Amino acid sequence: MPAAPTVTAQKRSWFSRLNKRHVLPGFGLSMGITVLSLSLLVVLPFAMMAFTTAQMGWSGFIETITQPQVFAAIKLSLWMSFAAMLTNMVFGTLVAWVLVRYEFWGKSLINALVDLPFALPTAVTGISLATLYAPNGLIGQWFDKIGIKVAFTPLGIWLALVVVSFPFIVRAVQPVLAELSVEFEEAAAVLGANRLKTFNKVILPELMPALLMGAGMMFARATGEYGSVIFIAGNIPMQSEILPLIIISKLEQFDIQGASAVALFMLLISFVILLTINIVQWKLSRRVGAR
Amino acid sequence: MQISNSYDYQSNAATKDAPWVKRLFVGVAVLFMVAMLVIPLMAVFYEAFKGGWQLYLAALVEPEALQAIKLTLITAAIVLPINMIMGLAIAWLVTRYQFRGKQLVTTLLDLPFSVSPVVAGLMFVLLFGVNSFVGGWLESMGIQVIFAVPGIVLATLFVTFPFIARELIPLMQSQGDSEEQAALTLGANGWQTFWHVTIPNIKWALLYGLILTNARAMGEFGAVSVVSGHIRGETNTMPLLVEIAYNEYNFTAAFALSSILAALALLTLLVQQVMTKLQTRKFAKATRLQAAPKLPVSANGKLDDDNSANLAANTKALNESA
Repeated sequence: MPAAPTVTAQKRSWFSRLNKRHVLPGFGLSMGITVLSLSLLVVLPFAMMAFTTAQMGWSGFIETITQPQVFAAIKLSLWMSFAAMLTNMVFGTLVAWVLVRYEFWGKSLINALVDLPFALPTAVTGISLATLYAPNGLIGQWFDKIGIKVAFTPLGIWLALVVVSFPFIVRAVQPVLAELSVEFEEAAAVLGANRLKTFNKVILPELMPALLMGAGMMFARATGEYGSVIFIAGNIPMQSEILPLIIISKLEQFDIQGASAVALFMLLISFVILLTINIVQWKLSRRVGAR
Repeated sequence: MQISNSYDYQSNAATKDAPWVKRLFVGVAVLFMVAMLVIPLMAVFYEAFKGGWQLYLAALVEPEALQAIKLTLITAAIVLPINMIMGLAIAWLVTRYQFRGKQLVTTLLDLPFSVSPVVAGLMFVLLFGVNSFVGGWLESMGIQVIFAVPGIVLATLFVTFPFIARELIPLMQSQGDSEEQAALTLGANGWQTFWHVTIPNIKWALLYGLILTNARAMGEFGAVSVVSGHIRGETNTMPLLVEIAYNEYNFTAAFALSSILAALALLTLLVQQVMTKLQTRKFAKATRLQAAPKLPVSANGKLDDDNSANLAANTKALNESA
């Protein structure tokens, strides 16, 4: 009976190859729960969406994406996210800098409040901003007097995106800045650089990978943001209609394939962003790593 | 949750900024935060209480509002235990074993973060909608998923399930498995090890993960909005009713419900602060313990003067940072 042991040996070797170091118990149980939950909650839904879009074919996909209303929404979402990203790259770095470098009254409160947009439901942020910046709102009336309309224009979309995606860059830059050793700056000071030059030539290059990572995550989040934007955007087709709203309106018209084509396009955007960040980070780390 | 360093940058000539630069930067940063975050938060409470206490309470005891609060609580009550089990299992798997496909697990775990909530909702409509294969089959069995509570629960699960594992993985990674191995060597079985060794070590991070999950579960809007169908008195959660009330110009109701969610968000931030404090204290303790073996202890068990001074200085620096 030499055959039977060989089979079990093979089976066990396959399983033990999966689990190289098996000291603690519970591998099977935790693996089972993980595989079950990840496949039901993540893999299956993604596969279903890819399947639905595949059914409509390449030409159908392109046709949906190039519909004037969809194309305008793509352009708007990308431009506003980009503008919000640039704004937060400046202010996020500034807030991180202030929190790491200076001591001032109320610092820990400010530090805690940075995470507020993550904790506050997006719909709450949305109605609050829309009420404040409406032409008769507490802040909007002042802008109205000087002829600037914030709510129900792309400017409002930009504002909402800046608010909800604010923590990304602060929380990406802050730890790197805190870990940065002061010897670099001391060397720069000894060599005669002023503070501005030191920041541009010494500190900023060190922060760059984290800053770009935060900016990329923020951009991805901003293109998909829905709850905080729809209230202040006004949602005028071709003017202030964002990409996620297109999915909602296509669903309401029972155009499920159109909706999933737009959704797949949004997934492609986040995929391209994440890929770009990784490539840029790799390039940067290679340049910095030469040191 | 990072531990801030306590380095005094302003007393080092090389890292010191001119006083006007400091004042300008702090001023601009605080002004930006106040304008972008504090005023909108205040506005929620201001609008909610503008009409007085009676109107506020009346808006919350409306049947529709009560139903929305109930559904939100039910959803959170279902999502939280499931998420806790999944989070613990994933964190245990990723931090305690070496296996093929570990990278795949962590990548899949991060996916819900990079997907738009609307796309997440749409995926469940595609999967469980009446036109789909699975949805049609469930429909024939009399189970409705989309435009019903199961769909809301599934969408909420999708957007919240990375939170607990993401909180636990770094902590369990840094703690290592030596304590669990010691427990096993001493004859504890797997469950005993888990309950008496692992859980006490991670309970605060687990609690924080649960609170984060709860805040997100109660406040999720985009994904739930797609799958709920907005059936009045049936499938509206609190954020969805906020939208409906706002669009009907019933601002008191919209902001009254929002104020509850905003209070929940503030509570989450408060717990986060307490957690960071605890973590810093634990870090200080761990550093002291790590430092201890390095101190040569004299034969009578007393510390050398030199080293006790060192220890005092370390403790002082850590206390200042806390």
